[in-house]
Amino acid sequence: MEMDWIWGLIGGVLIGTGGAVYLLANGRIMGASGIIGGLVDGTGLAQKWERLAFLAGVFLLPILLYPYYGHVDTHVSDNWAVLIAAGLLVGIGTRVANGCTSGHGVCGIPRLSLRGIAATMVYILAGGVGVVLFRHILGVI
Amino acid sequence: MRNLFAFIAGGLFGAGLFVSGMTDTSKVQGWLDVFGAWDPTLAFVMGGAMIPMFIAWRLRERRSAPVMGGTFPPTPPQKLDRGLIGGSVMFGMGWGLAGLCPGPSVASLSYGGVGHWVFFAAMIAGMAATPSLRRLLDKAPATA
Repeated sequence: MEMDWIWGLIGGVLIGTGGAVYLLANGRIMGASGIIGGLVDGTGLAQKWERLAFLAGVFLLPILLYPYYGHVDTHVSDNWAVLIAAGLLVGIGTRVANGCTSGHGVCGIPRLSLRGIAATMVYILAGGVGVVLFRHILGVI
Repeated sequence: MRNLFAFIAGGLFGAGLFVSGMTDTSKVQGWLDVFGAWDPTLAFVMGGAMIPMFIAWRLRERRSAPVMGGTFPPTPPQKLDRGLIGGSVMFGMGWGLAGLCPGPSVASLSYGGVGHWVFFAAMIAGMAATPSLRRLLDKAPATA
């Protein structure tokens, strides 16, 4: 759709505003993998309510907005093997790299963090190679 | 109050992911797929998100502490290591394979259907396994 980029920009500004609030009010980096991962492996249990409150917001707001859209198709794969392999790669990869699109990308790049910029370049490149490999060469997606 | 601000931040994040279309895996894969029908949306989302974040980092420099107290995150060492690069390669591959990363995977749980729960469960399992995998890898050179 031709209007997609405008909604992308609006959504992006909302995402960045969320990151700004989390940084300036709570003093934390808005990194989804770190917020979830710290709850999963127990390293972030000291701030468990803050993390859960954040995740509740991420989970609940789309529920409030959904009725205005009617139906949203996420075009997610119905191949469970693909989803499980991808989930494991994302889970392990983001924890080993200490961040994902939100932490390294949205927060790290505007901070001019070398690690954020490098990680973002690497995962975008790997994602591009992945799509070409899995879609155009192996044909699994 | 900290939790309220965390909820507001998460809500803005979730709303932004929803309206930008970033929970649509075909838009993410469409952006990564430079040899297919390229979809530029993700670049606008990332660019848009960096504007408030850039301002926030400038404002952070003028403050000694966050509004809710505590301390600002320390400046991480500006050093690239194998974990950062290797982990990002793994993450990128998974991101391309499913079109989902951690934020959108949470935002889409309520309406995306069972596939999103399968991905989310596998991601949680991967996160839970990472500390043991790290220990295993740290030991490997000694036993090899």
